[in-house]
Amino acid sequence: MNTLPVGAIFTLSAAAYSAGALASLAAWRKPALCRYICCGSGLAGAVFGGLAAVFGILQGTPVRWSVSSGISLIAYSFDYDALAGFFNLTLAILAGAVSIYSFSYLKDFEGKRNIGVFGFLFHLLFLSLTIVFTAANAFLFLIAWEVMALVAYGLVTFYHEDRETRRAGLLYIVMAHIDAGCLLLGFALLMQVSGSGDFASFRTAAVHLSSSQQSVAFVLFFLGFGIKAGVIPFHIWLPAAHPVAPSNISALLSGIVLKAGIYGMARMFLDGLGVLPSWAGLLVLIVGVASAVLGVLYALMEHDLKRLLAYHSIENIGIILIGLGAALVFRVAGHPQLAAVALIAAMFHTVNHAIFKCLLFLGAGSVLHSTGTRNMEKLGGLIRPMPATAFCFLIGAVAISGLPPLNGFVSEWLTYQSLLAGFGATGGLTRILFPLAGSMLALTGALAATCFVKAFAITFLALPRSAESRNAHEVPRSMLVGMGWLAISCVALGIGATWFLPVFDALTEQLLGQRVGANLITGSGLVLSVGVHHGGTVSTAVIGIALLVLVLPATLLVLIGAKRFARRRGPTWDCGLPGLSAENEFTATAFSKPLRMIFSALYQPRREIQAVFDVSPYYPKEIRFESEIEPTFEKRLYVPLKDLLLRFATRMRAIQGGSIHAYLAYIFVTLVLLLLFGVRP
Amino acid sequence: MSGMLAKAGLQLALVLLVAPLLSGIIKTLKARLQNRRGPNILQTYRDIFKLLRKGMVIPETASWIFPATPYIVFATAALVGLMIPMVATDAPLSLFGGVLAVVYLLALGRFFLALGGLDAGSSFGGLGSSREMTISAIAEPTMMLAIFTVALAASSTNLSEMAKVAVSQSWKFLAPSQMLAFAALFIVLIAETGRIPVDNPATHLELTMIHEAMILEYSGPYLALLEWGASIKQLVLMTLVVNTFFPFGLSSDWTARGLGLGLLYYLTKMFLLACLIVLVETTNAKLRFFRVPELLMVSFIFGALALISTFLF
Repeated sequence: MNTLPVGAIFTLSAAAYSAGALASLAAWRKPALCRYICCGSGLAGAVFGGLAAVFGILQGTPVRWSVSSGISLIAYSFDYDALAGFFNLTLAILAGAVSIYSFSYLKDFEGKRNIGVFGFLFHLLFLSLTIVFTAANAFLFLIAWEVMALVAYGLVTFYHEDRETRRAGLLYIVMAHIDAGCLLLGFALLMQVSGSGDFASFRTAAVHLSSSQQSVAFVLFFLGFGIKAGVIPFHIWLPAAHPVAPSNISALLSGIVLKAGIYGMARMFLDGLGVLPSWAGLLVLIVGVASAVLGVLYALMEHDLKRLLAYHSIENIGIILIGLGAALVFRVAGHPQLAAVALIAAMFHTVNHAIFKCLLFLGAGSVLHSTGTRNMEKLGGLIRPMPATAFCFLIGAVAISGLPPLNGFVSEWLTYQSLLAGFGATGGLTRILFPLAGSMLALTGALAATCFVKAFAITFLALPRSAESRNAHEVPRSMLVGMGWLAISCVALGIGATWFLPVFDALTEQLLGQRVGANLITGSGLVLSVGVHHGGTVSTAVIGIALLVLVLPATLLVLIGAKRFARRRGPTWDCGLPGLSAENEFTATAFSKPLRMIFSALYQPRREIQAVFDVSPYYPKEIRFESEIEPTFEKRLYVPLKDLLLRFATRMRAIQGGSIHAYLAYIFVTLVLLLLFGVRP
Repeated sequence: MSGMLAKAGLQLALVLLVAPLLSGIIKTLKARLQNRRGPNILQTYRDIFKLLRKGMVIPETASWIFPATPYIVFATAALVGLMIPMVATDAPLSLFGGVLAVVYLLALGRFFLALGGLDAGSSFGGLGSSREMTISAIAEPTMMLAIFTVALAASSTNLSEMAKVAVSQSWKFLAPSQMLAFAALFIVLIAETGRIPVDNPATHLELTMIHEAMILEYSGPYLALLEWGASIKQLVLMTLVVNTFFPFGLSSDWTARGLGLGLLYYLTKMFLLACLIVLVETTNAKLRFFRVPELLMVSFIFGALALISTFLF
């Protein structure tokens, strides 16, 4: 098996992305050609990347290669291990789908926007992600990280004429640099101990870290990667930036760019920093729970389809962190097997969320493409003009709500199981946190289902609420193929979860020294189990088949009845008023009203109603309704922080008199001080 | 394999037949307690039979989601019925889904029911869907907490394992943690099955109805499937409560004698729980919708206390 040229195939994938980037830029005058390049080289890169990942995971031994840069600290070294392979696989699945989708999606840009530049950034995003997931040197990692952030900025602000877009882009780039700064400090701290920028040297040097160094490094990395992943309270850029980007980019940002944060956490917390103390794991767990619950609660109040999805990304990152936090706690508590199960739960949810969130964003993109609006209150009835898009979106909605037999259920089930086991595996009062986290996960799941009933039903069902949605049309075939591929993946990873789980064996062996894949599968390979007598079992395959089988008797009953009387179509009950119109329909605002009332302490909702009366004071002719919830984090945390920063900057202005002499003096004093410190032995 | 299929067939028949009976018993008991004669115990069967033979009207605005929903609701409820131990500890499909799968399969049914409610395009369906999803969302954490408390005792989420452990310590329900968990789960049961004080199954008044509002546009065989599905869901949740906390008489095997005795015990326990539900329904008024979260909060606190007391006692 050692002959499989993982490195070579991987290089081909990177080469395809690079070639795509350059070719798009070169062909910018020919938009149609650019579209072919985007689709072709993106797909080629994805196929090679996917092959490399599959071979790498099958092979089980890490592949390393390195190009010297001439500077001792910096080496362009790559390490294609199981963790890298797993994230590259996730990237490949998404890159393929989005490349195909983009072929028709970009047609709209023709003649209006520069597809060449778009293609350049598009491929560069894939390339930087590939390098982030494979880099084995802190410098290379940071360079790729920064390229990724800048490219993402370019893509987020692609519709730069819009003021909202520019503001979101600014917020994004500021947050991205705070996170890069934290990472830089964290890596500097580790390099000081290890004397090298190589990840392998961090691993060996981890034992020499004092506990305070380890804690500081942990906090820095948690901040840095947490901002990138969009965990609460560092999430504010995410619901601003993701919706304003072109939809195929939103899909990638939420699907895979956020996952770079998760990758970083898995890499550093489980590998680079040694065994972290249990408070670190508990912190990750608690932040995860907070992100999950608050993420979905904010999503419920959104009526902008893409912002709603962006808030759900925060929720799902939270669910991933619950698994990751549990894994960290179990590792230090001496339960490596349990830790492996929790890690599998987290990683499985990572790939699942990548797939269904990408699918949902592409679905939202199709809706936007076809109707020109993201506002759900103006949509409705799209299931008739856009049946295939609606079906794909429904699959994504069921999957993200964690409902069986699709993939979201499997990873949430594994998360529940590890939380349940956490009660017995830990001591003291902290053990009570695990079942409580489980109940909060249940709340999250149920609220997510509520939110997606709203998102799907208001967008696709009943009557269209505007002329745009009345005139909607199905999207071109390539967009449907992209979505269809992801929808099939959702079903396959759900029904076939037991076949997919061995993928994680190499990953858990690398990070935790455990192979639990075989233990997780019983019952002729159909049943997922964390232990038959302890733990629990489930089989999505059997559930799927059983549901189909049980539909049969129901169909028979209906058919027997239908023999005698025909089914006919009739108008919906309209309380005797003449004709049901879209105004009679339930709206998204109304749908989420009960939850807005119940959680009003969090939302602090404000509403304004203006009614115009004609004859009777009981029958208003016209009602204007405005409702708004308080952006708590922005108002309570970021605005005071920004004010503090501005005040500090005003103070600092005192030393900036504008005199060249003074500036020269500053430079001289700084130089002397640096020399004094630098030369000191 | 064939043994399992036979068991599944047997239990499916039991679930399908007993569920309408249970609804009938509850209706009749309630009427008697309110000094009314009430319908015949078998009325629910008659209703379902009648509805199956009727024609149906599908709203003009509805899509394929509307007709698909009754099948999904029926199938999920029936499948869940095969995963829980009813008369024997060894449920036919318990290997393929434990208590988590039960909760999430019921959620799948509810997801489509809510979509079906919104599909017709009238406000009634929308408000029913909105209320149903809201109440179930805030009931879910309590349910999971109570389930975790019970699952911790068996250290398994597999319902047959939980039942076996429960049988081996039949009097455990006297332990404080179990009593608290029972109280929590009982409130969730009331909320999830849509009974007073949370929802009134007998009403058709738009201000108060929840479940009935969602299925307002359904008629004929589809309505029959939905009604049947709802009664199966009620049966399943009640069975879950009685057999987890009071596992008396659960047969350890699938012999005729064990099953006969188990069935006798099972029906008695269900009857007693039905009496308790009727008592609660008759002595309470329906709560205002925005009072329901408070009730569920009480139940959440019961669940949390149950959990803490497992670890204290």
